[in-house]
Amino acid sequence: MAQPKYKIALLGDSATQFIVKSLNLSLKDLTMDIDIFEADYNQIERQILDTTSELYQYAPDVLIVLQSSQKLLQKFYKQPLELRHLFADQEMAQMDRMLLALTSIPKLKIIWSNYTEINDGVFGNYGNKTNKSFIYQLRKINFEIMHRASTNQALFINDLSLLQNRFGMAQYFDERFYINANMTIGVEMTQHVARNIRDIIFAITGKFKKCLILDLDNTLWGGVIGDDGIENIQLGELGIGKVFVEIQAWAKALKDRGIILAVCSKNNEEIAKEPFDKHPDMVLQWSDIAVFVANWESKVDNIRHIQSILNIGFDSMVFVDDNPFERNQVRENIPEITVPELPEDPAEYLSFLQNCNLFETAALSENDQKRTEQYQTEAKRKELQKTFTNEDDFLQSLNMVSEVKSFDAFTIPRVAQLTQRSNQFNLRTVRYSEEDIRKIGESDRYLTFSFTLEDIYGDNGLISAIIIEKRAEVWFIDTWIMSCRVLKRGMENFVLQIIMEAAKTSGAKQLVGEYLPTAKNQLVQDHYSSLGFSPQDAFWILNTDDFVVRKNFIERK
Amino acid sequence: MELNDILQQLNEIFKDILDLDTLVLTPETTARDVEEWDSLSHIQIIVAAEKHFKIRLTAQEIQALENVGDMCKLVQKKSAQ
Repeated sequence: MAQPKYKIALLGDSATQFIVKSLNLSLKDLTMDIDIFEADYNQIERQILDTTSELYQYAPDVLIVLQSSQKLLQKFYKQPLELRHLFADQEMAQMDRMLLALTSIPKLKIIWSNYTEINDGVFGNYGNKTNKSFIYQLRKINFEIMHRASTNQALFINDLSLLQNRFGMAQYFDERFYINANMTIGVEMTQHVARNIRDIIFAITGKFKKCLILDLDNTLWGGVIGDDGIENIQLGELGIGKVFVEIQAWAKALKDRGIILAVCSKNNEEIAKEPFDKHPDMVLQWSDIAVFVANWESKVDNIRHIQSILNIGFDSMVFVDDNPFERNQVRENIPEITVPELPEDPAEYLSFLQNCNLFETAALSENDQKRTEQYQTEAKRKELQKTFTNEDDFLQSLNMVSEVKSFDAFTIPRVAQLTQRSNQFNLRTVRYSEEDIRKIGESDRYLTFSFTLEDIYGDNGLISAIIIEKRAEVWFIDTWIMSCRVLKRGMENFVLQIIMEAAKTSGAKQLVGEYLPTAKNQLVQDHYSSLGFSPQDAFWILNTDDFVVRKNFIERK
Repeated sequence: MELNDILQQLNEIFKDILDLDTLVLTPETTARDVEEWDSLSHIQIIVAAEKHFKIRLTAQEIQALENVGDMCKLVQKKSAQ
């Protein structure tokens, strides 16, 4: 089945052809085909405020709005002097009107740009002291845009200000092409702007990094622990040791945000662990590392091992290693993984990594902070599993309990996040926002279930979600998602049993499932047949009368 | 630099940007003669030529260019400065 194209609309107040060109290039590795609608320039307000415009007919999945500080400055100067201190407020009122109009496009995501900081040289540094200056009003607008984004889940910010900061205005803005072609972004900058937008689109569509795998020697500290010993590795305020302290602090901040940290090092395990136990300047602690692998096997094998514990796609992993040989070997054997080509000088490692924008995201969840702990317990479970020869004995020994609920205020964010992030165990890969999930939860047309899973090692949290669309006596399974952390625990059997119990109680006669293949969900291509559903056209059918309980060792809480 | 040298080098830049392997420019060639040479690729050609010849054109110089011959002369003048 051909997938519908991902529709992108782009509105700009200056020439945007180069951006469109670069976007087409940088979105090539998106899993969906894209279609871009580019309005004639300077039509932002007309297209957005007139709900009969081409924009609304096109009904994009994502709208990109590019506004320039040059145009903003012209507008500012047109304001009467006595109103200039209210300029940002007026602009924001207009933005709010536009955001409101845009809510009529279902499921639309908006990528709004902030303004690059430009100095009009009218007040000098004093511009910071008066609300009548352009820079004062511009910065206020930028702050207010962030504020809107923090409370509007459909709104994302393309941080042009930060980009210009990084490259410098001389490179960002080319006066000649501004004069001749109305371009407010320099030719060579367009690829970076497109790349930034691409990062946001990838995150919105569920393509983002979940794990950072770190080497140890000369990556988390200077020197080789096995040769130099714990007293002589470089880590701390002195000399190059400083950069490694800062890299560790950065990794820790990522971990706190929900990125899983793993270590993959060619080392003797005992020796590699020593700094974590004893070095006073270590920022990263044992509890920060979900999987620790130090041995003399190849890093390719070790990364595959890490992947098998974490059960996430290679394309959601980043591998950082100072050694070019290791980097190349990993890249060649696991092409999906991202391996940043570090600069030669370790002093530059951190800025380089920070500028790669590897960890763009589209949502945060409370659950993120607990993830490391959950993976650590998963590693322990794997150890235990090795001691059982019989799968059933192992599963039974886990004492699994699951809490089953309809979606509620507590579970909605996590359910929405599951629909956004789950790629593998996801039968139809329909992405829902929190707002969508809330509506589904409230609707009589739908029946919803969320499942947690707890065992002797700990609580996995909410790991599975089901959305049933009730079509009289036929129940259609709109969404069946499960976190891959709990694969092979009999969870699918338990979930089906719960659905069937509900179906029988309400008199439903038949369950209908559908598998929509994507590049990532082959894992579940036989899901319905292995649960006893029979194929019918493009769907999978199971009559409630034909259902027999399938073996599982999970208790309902 | 000889005008002819400049023409040869510009020809390579045009081929690369317009993706036309067989393109042969003469001093008389204008944007009307080459379909792919539109306002967008024109800007890319200017940027690439500036980089290649290590020169920087002004907004007015860019606007005044009528044909490839103009461009060669301008490059010659600028790189002599």
